[in-house]
Amino acid sequence: MLNAVKQSWLTFRSIFTGMGVTIRHFFGPTVTLQYPDEKMELPKGARARLYVNIDDCIGCNLCARACPVNCIDIETVASTQDVDLGKTSTGNPKRFWLTRFDIDMAKCMYCDLCVHPCPTNCIYMVSEYEYSEYDRSNLVYHFSNLEPEMVAEVKDKAEKEAEQKKREREEMMRKKAEEKAQKELEAKKKAEEESNDKEKGEE
Amino acid sequence: MTEYVSHIHPVAAILVHAAIPLTIILVYALVAIWGERKIAGFIQDRLGPMRVGGWHGWAQSIADLLKLIQKEDIIPTDASRFLFKFAPFMMFAASYAAFAVIPFSSAYVGSMVNIGVFYLLAVTSLLTLSIIMAGWASNNKWSLLGGMRSAAQMVSYEVPTIASVLTVVLVAGSLNLMTVTEMQSGNDILGFLPNWFIFQNPFLIVAFIIFFISILAESHRVPFDLPESESELVAGYQTEYSGMRWAMFMLAEYADMLLLSLLGATLFFGGWNSPFGDFMAGPLWGFFWFMLKGLSLVIVMMWIRWTLPRYRVDQLMHICWSILIPLSFVNLVLTALWEVIF
Repeated sequence: MLNAVKQSWLTFRSIFTGMGVTIRHFFGPTVTLQYPDEKMELPKGARARLYVNIDDCIGCNLCARACPVNCIDIETVASTQDVDLGKTSTGNPKRFWLTRFDIDMAKCMYCDLCVHPCPTNCIYMVSEYEYSEYDRSNLVYHFSNLEPEMVAEVKDKAEKEAEQKKREREEMMRKKAEEKAQKELEAKKKAEEESNDKEKGEE
Repeated sequence: MTEYVSHIHPVAAILVHAAIPLTIILVYALVAIWGERKIAGFIQDRLGPMRVGGWHGWAQSIADLLKLIQKEDIIPTDASRFLFKFAPFMMFAASYAAFAVIPFSSAYVGSMVNIGVFYLLAVTSLLTLSIIMAGWASNNKWSLLGGMRSAAQMVSYEVPTIASVLTVVLVAGSLNLMTVTEMQSGNDILGFLPNWFIFQNPFLIVAFIIFFISILAESHRVPFDLPESESELVAGYQTEYSGMRWAMFMLAEYADMLLLSLLGATLFFGGWNSPFGDFMAGPLWGFFWFMLKGLSLVIVMMWIRWTLPRYRVDQLMHICWSILIPLSFVNLVLTALWEVIF
């Protein structure tokens, strides 16, 4: 009997203790963040989305090679001699047209490995994280700022220049070969003359 | 007002008397479901529903209702079709019918019968039947287990409920809930306390505690929600129900909760009597006080729900058969002695 009373007392005490805890939390502060209306401040250096400052890119391909999942796709075309692409803000001369610089954020695993090799610090993570898409192909970000016509023109020019260079080189090679042949011919003549002289002297 | 309607046509009177409690139940259910989610949220340091309707998501229940109406009405192939369809409506009818004898205010009671308490307890016992009906007709092991648990639980807990209600009936000397309420008017205890039965003698406090624990079990609230325990029985007898049929169960459950809380308010807390005597008294104030008392009990039930874990089946039966039932009968006898002596 006494035990039953004691047990009941303990039961009620624990129930009221529990109810005290819940009522304190009821009136206490909530931790919910009303997400689309309020947003949490992201920590410094949050890795949410890759961004490329295309004006500073020299097309060195180091980031694409560092990427473990091959999500960076770069295509470069060498600039022609009549065009000066200028310099990056870090002072490196730009030598390539960037005809394609695509990053597939669906593949990206946010490892940050592409960021560190960049000699001009032009690829980095930004804290923009709301970029869901209905179609996975929309997650491929195109950073190249060249228009398609421009790309075609640049490629055409580069091809022509390459051809030109090739022709020049061939010309040069031919000239060199001719010179070489002439020199050899002259050397032969000299040798013949020398031998003739020798023969004369012997006579 | 009701007399005036019955002068026009008896059918009109029936419709009005049927519509008033129904309106109260429906409005209450919308508010209570939203309120329960808010209370749960705040207790768990969350906010609960916030988006529908503007201020604190007040229209969440309406949105839920619209969603439930649109849902497909699924009946399992192997279910007993008629009973499966009938059970939710029977369950709601059982708790709705009991509202007929609840005196909402000094001017309004659906049906002034002399056996009000008896009628109420008899009608609410139909709930057990409808839950078993739902569980068995679903042809699903979880549902059947839930239904069986519910039958065992409600049959057991009806005994302490009735014994504690009898304690009040013993003091009041009437089964008519209106008479019981009228007996509690006035502020005579210790000069200022209202004449509510809970203050009238110490045994009625014990009776109220027993009554409150029992109604928690009767209306399947945590910590006694074994028939529908989500985590172990996947919602018990409700497993196979969806859409509006499930909503009917939910409505019936909330209606049952309100009914038993209002019964508690009538029996122990003076029903529609104002706590300040004649101040703020009158039919409309009476309705206000009555709903305030009933809803306070509902809120306490919600508060307990989000505080306590669920009991095991054997613990549930142990509490009922070896503690509450003996205690309630001893309490009944002691109250009778108190009434004889004083």
